[in-house]
Amino acid sequence: MLNTLAIIILSLMGASLIYVLYRTIDGRPVERRIVFAYIGLAVMLPLMMKVTPPLPITTDVQKLYEHIVKLPPGSKVLCAFDFDPPSAPELQPMAVAFVKYAFKHDLKLIIMGLWPQGPQQANMALQEAFRDSLVAVKPHEEGIDWVNLGFQSGNEFVILSMGDGFKRMFPRDTRLIPYDSIPILKNVVNFSNIDFIMNFGAGYPGTREWVQIGVDRYKSDLGAGTTAVQATEVYPYLSSGQLVGLLGGMSGAAEFEKVLAEKGKASTFILAQMFGHATVMAFVIIGNVAFFVLGRKKKNPEGNN
Amino acid sequence: MRREVPVLITSIAGLVFAISYFIPHTPFGRAESIFGDWVSIVQAFAIWLGVLNLLKVSLEKIFRKSEGWPYSYLIIASLFGTLIVGFYSGFSGINATPQYTYSDTGTGFDWVYQNIYTALTSTMFSMLAFFVGSASYRAFRARNIQATLLLISGFLVMGGRVPLLDRISSIFTETPIFSNLANWIMNYPNSAGQRAILIGIALGIMSSSLRVILGIERSHVGGGN
Repeated sequence: MLNTLAIIILSLMGASLIYVLYRTIDGRPVERRIVFAYIGLAVMLPLMMKVTPPLPITTDVQKLYEHIVKLPPGSKVLCAFDFDPPSAPELQPMAVAFVKYAFKHDLKLIIMGLWPQGPQQANMALQEAFRDSLVAVKPHEEGIDWVNLGFQSGNEFVILSMGDGFKRMFPRDTRLIPYDSIPILKNVVNFSNIDFIMNFGAGYPGTREWVQIGVDRYKSDLGAGTTAVQATEVYPYLSSGQLVGLLGGMSGAAEFEKVLAEKGKASTFILAQMFGHATVMAFVIIGNVAFFVLGRKKKNPEGNN
Repeated sequence: MRREVPVLITSIAGLVFAISYFIPHTPFGRAESIFGDWVSIVQAFAIWLGVLNLLKVSLEKIFRKSEGWPYSYLIIASLFGTLIVGFYSGFSGINATPQYTYSDTGTGFDWVYQNIYTALTSTMFSMLAFFVGSASYRAFRARNIQATLLLISGFLVMGGRVPLLDRISSIFTETPIFSNLANWIMNYPNSAGQRAILIGIALGIMSSSLRVILGIERSHVGGGN
């Protein structure tokens, strides 16, 4: 019922854009609040629809997937959560998908954050992963299968110091358990004992700093999940091979869920983003058509050719 | 001395970081580690300075009855409210069996984080979508060649990064043309532009770092003349 209603309203919205075009060409542009209403409805209504659009898997996501499937069970993965709630709609679904995959394939997660909110986002991802029936089949113990080392101030200097020893920056985990007493961290001294680093980054400090220090200096393998805005900045590192793969924004998250065969939030959100983009593109077209028509009218007020 | 000592510390630290990149052995490697720890400690103190500054600015607003002064009460109440809830959750967790931390699921701090902080910050950020929509209607115009190129590439990336234009083109072909095109734009023109920016930034940082290390640039120690 809601699905049908949403489709009807979205169709009406699409049709009404012709009237918006007519008004704009006529020199009577619609008010800002009308544009806001279009955007709001275009984002909200698809969330009620139970449709998953077909999504081609890009090479950036495929490369990351191919790298992580090669990690044998028991591999130690350093997972850096460098984002906060505003970026969570894009980054949290990919983090959840990654954590689920890690637990299902016996990868050992060492979680940390260069952003104060990062470890809290990690806790939320862990809780969501534990609700998955396939993850819940096997008991996962804190300290053995994963550890949350928490936040450390110092931005890229934290990564730099971790090269000398993780214990220097994280003498205890978030539960105040000493580093040496945590089973998962046994024999983990620095980056040379880590099989893979996965960074979920929304800005500074984030993926760029992990590439510059974690990859260039300490020769680690790094995969990244970033916001769509930040993805443009880290693409050079992808083509140079400094990143093994990249999940860029909501589409990256949805593709990652698809390639891992996980039905997560990004697969639902991508439809909302699709309609949001469609609305913005429609307004770009309307604005420009009006711009050229009105420009021609001003040049030629008599209507002569 | 108030200016010379900070300038000297900056110069030594800058030189150590620069040299240790090429010679990561004793004494430079060790010195770099020590300075790295200093950064973490100084930044941790900066968080406290931030809290104190927020208090100072908010209290000044209240006493001076500046514009929007009642909101400053809200800021102070939120600051102390979150602090109290966080400390209470933390201390309760230390004494509980099994132990839990202040940020664990189900604690008061976690409730504040998920139900207030997350909701407020997400709301602020999501408003961008509305502004982008409004700007696309009123300002994003193909006024000249540069703006037209930006508009076309933006249009293709927006439509290609989501399965929108590919859905339309699927009537004619199975190949995801627009998705491939968006990826090409991101991988080649975008990467080239970003690299140029990165190289420019790196050169700028190098020159300004040299000025700081050599003591020519002293604005970071403040004080004017």
